[in-house]
Amino acid sequence: MKAYLSDRMGAALLMAPLLLFLGAAYAWPFFGVVNWSFTLPEPGLGQYGTLLSDPLVQSVFVRTLRIAAIVTIVSVAAAYAITVVWVRGTPAQRVIAEFCILVPFWISVLTRAFGWVALLSNRGLFNTWLQAIGFISEPLTLVRNEFGVIVGMTHFLIPFAVFPLASSMRSLDDRVLLAARGLGSSRMRTFWSVFVPMTRSGIIGSALIVFVFSLGFFVTPAILGGGRSVMVAELIYLRIFQSPDWGLGAAISVVLVLFVGALMALVFRYVRPKQLI
Amino acid sequence: MQQPGRAAEIKAIGIGKSFGSFRALDDLTLDIGRGEFLTLLGPSGSGKTTFLMILAGFVQPTDGRLYSDGVDITERPAEQRAAGMVFQGYALFPHMSVEANIAFPLKVRKKSSAEIKRRVGEMIERVGLKGHEKKLPSQLSGGQQQRVALARALVFEPGVLLLDEPFSALDKGLRGQMQAEMKRLHQETGTTFVFVTHDQSEALALSSRVAIFNHGKLLQVGAPDEVYDRPASRFVAEFLGEINMLPLKGVRNADNGATGLCEDRTITLRGNASAVGGNAILAIRPEYMSIAPEAAAGENGIAATAVASTYLGAATRLDLTTRQGAKVTVSVPNEVAASALSKGNSVWLTWPAEKGFLLPDGGQ
Repeated sequence: MKAYLSDRMGAALLMAPLLLFLGAAYAWPFFGVVNWSFTLPEPGLGQYGTLLSDPLVQSVFVRTLRIAAIVTIVSVAAAYAITVVWVRGTPAQRVIAEFCILVPFWISVLTRAFGWVALLSNRGLFNTWLQAIGFISEPLTLVRNEFGVIVGMTHFLIPFAVFPLASSMRSLDDRVLLAARGLGSSRMRTFWSVFVPMTRSGIIGSALIVFVFSLGFFVTPAILGGGRSVMVAELIYLRIFQSPDWGLGAAISVVLVLFVGALMALVFRYVRPKQLI
Repeated sequence: MQQPGRAAEIKAIGIGKSFGSFRALDDLTLDIGRGEFLTLLGPSGSGKTTFLMILAGFVQPTDGRLYSDGVDITERPAEQRAAGMVFQGYALFPHMSVEANIAFPLKVRKKSSAEIKRRVGEMIERVGLKGHEKKLPSQLSGGQQQRVALARALVFEPGVLLLDEPFSALDKGLRGQMQAEMKRLHQETGTTFVFVTHDQSEALALSSRVAIFNHGKLLQVGAPDEVYDRPASRFVAEFLGEINMLPLKGVRNADNGATGLCEDRTITLRGNASAVGGNAILAIRPEYMSIAPEAAAGENGIAATAVASTYLGAATRLDLTTRQGAKVTVSVPNEVAASALSKGNSVWLTWPAEKGFLLPDGGQ
């Protein structure tokens, strides 16, 4: 009887269920989608032509990139501040920061989106308060537009931006910071010219993760955008489920997947997958 | 080139540091002279690094005051002390080129770009890094990184340069080379150097004075030959190198020294601290002992049997036992060792009267 499997065989066996699942649930259907994009309603590159010429599709792509870029900048900046406290703060500060980072993971994305609607709508908490203190007379339009989408997405994505940053800050050698101070550099200067550059890989990893996530966001923009600030994922949904235009929906999906794939390749050139957890 | 007058003079008075209930440093009083090369020597956990961190301003002492050129700097933050520091592992900025690393302290001081360029250029030349200006620290060898660290710490002409075990990561050959280089930099800059190490040979080779620490206390400070030849305690004697210790009875002062009995022979010591009376420990460095067939009357000597030898290349280390069982080690020429071993019982160990010294019996 063969007592042991070789390591490689063992690893392959352990991986097999996941690979089979991914193959059956993602890869195979995706080939179907690719197939649609070239065959519906008739064989050819027609849908990709539409994609390049249709101003609506293009405006959605441009909006998606713009929102993703803004969300990325705001999320990474906010996450950076939280992470500094989490990794380098006093024990009490660390506990508070950890709480702020982890709690959002326990609340569903739907709940959070509706929570923001409640806070930001015309008769929501913010507008009521701002009117009550006389800061504004007419309610501000904070939701059902790009602003609402950006707020909701940023809130969702900050915790994801934290982990790559935390990993780069943890691996930083404290003596280098001491050295900077010993050489006459103020705390502020040490932060900007030594600490931040030394966490560059974390910033890149964090930014790319948030950006990639943002591109495919569906629920949050659908709820907080109120149909007025449609992003790519929602456009695909509309093309497939509402106007039976499967070919175009499929073509947009293929372009999105290729774009995200290229970005992920870029992520892994800068950051080891291990650093993202 | 720096004016020697810019070198700092440091005075530590009653400095102590506790971490919780652990006393890392206790009641340290020490003057560090202008332009001196002082080594803080001791085993790990002896307080030497804590003292260096206090000098740098990275650690606040719990007691005592620290003065630099007569000014109280105890509470002054590190960035305002202007002490150059070379860390263990160098702590170079990994994202900056060699040039940018060295320019950093000047940029922080808002020097003009022309001055920065000139001084960085001079420093790079001085430490022999020409041609490596644009490289990142990760592209350099250990010795080259060490040079960058030295250049970065010296470029702004600090009053004092603090070095925390800077050579511990280098292999032996390179270490010797860097030591020589550091000695040269010390002479050229005239800056006060405070150097931490646990390597006694490094301490003796480099410094103008050595301060020996143990268990958070400063035990002795003095010139290398002073602490080596006349250690004040058993710990210092043993830490600075191999030492033979023999029990001495009936110790009393004699003219310009002391005498006592060791295994029924009268031993004389000259130019030594006064005897404590009664029993003491006679200490002699192995290199001052020689092997002889006989000891003349009045000469310091003790009979011993050679029990083992270790060939060291240039010399042989010989382990001997005296008649009353004390163990002695000497380093002798190879052929002497061979003949001593073959003769069995009949060798004598002799040493000049001025090379032995007394340690309090059982004292630390």
